[in-house]
Amino acid sequence: MGVDQTLGNNIITTSLDKLVNWSRSRSLWPMTFGLACCAIEMMAAGAARFDLDRLGILFRASPRQSDVIIIAGTVTKKMLPVIETVYEQMPEPKYVIAMGACACSGGIFDTYSTVQGIDQHLPVDVYIPGCPPRPEGLIYGIGKLQEKIMKERNSFGAVIGVGERVSEV
Amino acid sequence: MSEHAAVGKLKQNFADAVLDVVEFRGETTITVKKEQIVEVCKFLKGELGYNFLCDLCGVDYLGKSPRFMVVYNLYNISLKDRLRIKVPVEEGDATVDTVSTIWSTANWHERECWDLMGISFNSHPDLRRILMPADWDGHPLRKDYPVQGPDREPYQGRLQ
Repeated sequence: MGVDQTLGNNIITTSLDKLVNWSRSRSLWPMTFGLACCAIEMMAAGAARFDLDRLGILFRASPRQSDVIIIAGTVTKKMLPVIETVYEQMPEPKYVIAMGACACSGGIFDTYSTVQGIDQHLPVDVYIPGCPPRPEGLIYGIGKLQEKIMKERNSFGAVIGVGERVSEV
Repeated sequence: MSEHAAVGKLKQNFADAVLDVVEFRGETTITVKKEQIVEVCKFLKGELGYNFLCDLCGVDYLGKSPRFMVVYNLYNISLKDRLRIKVPVEEGDATVDTVSTIWSTANWHERECWDLMGISFNSHPDLRRILMPADWDGHPLRKDYPVQGPDREPYQGRLQ
């Protein structure tokens, strides 16, 4: 009888870019970095009920191992240099999710001490509105980022030093 | 209305330092001259047992003179008794002697008061900003500090 192989020794043809994009978007490791109440929702999204792990999203404790930073909460001007340092320590390719009203625009904190939107300092890929957004909102935003990564072109070429990665949209 | 026990003793020992005494709903507030705040606090801690400085804060009465008040909220732990001391501070000479030699917790409270109100404390061991970034200009809790920061146009309202 031999071993039953349902699919047999098959091959799949695809483009290298798609393969790279697929692996990147399905293993988005976020930096463990919370700033305010949005971080509570982010933790809830990571915990048992919503379980980000099933999407391949594992929170990492080091920016060196992270692909995406979720700006979860109010960014004060005093905290901004820390966030910028963490972002600069992340290896390419790196993505930024602005989670919640404060990270998107300063939110209700229209004051001297608050950064009026993290997009003034970091290149934001996805904005998630809400105050704070529920875990479903965060997961939806991560899904949008995955879609965006899947549309990238020349992601393989950029790795081997041929040209730049091109992001549509 | 029964007078707080500390009031009589303060008046007895520092007759010219006590400017005002207010009693309201069981809370006693004594305003004293700022030149003698250290002696008064030493007396209150050493002789009357106010061994805990709950809070030290600044108040900005913009438009009035003196503009600022420094408020000391004291607590006697063994007698469970509270007392509030206030010190008027002029805008032109916004300095008060430090009480961090008496209650060491005053060190950080006075740094906060300096950081946000701009009231400096003489002979403080480490007077630098505690909440705002170290290179910040101005003192944001002053009433004449623009709430959205000095480098922005103030919000005019959505109807304009």
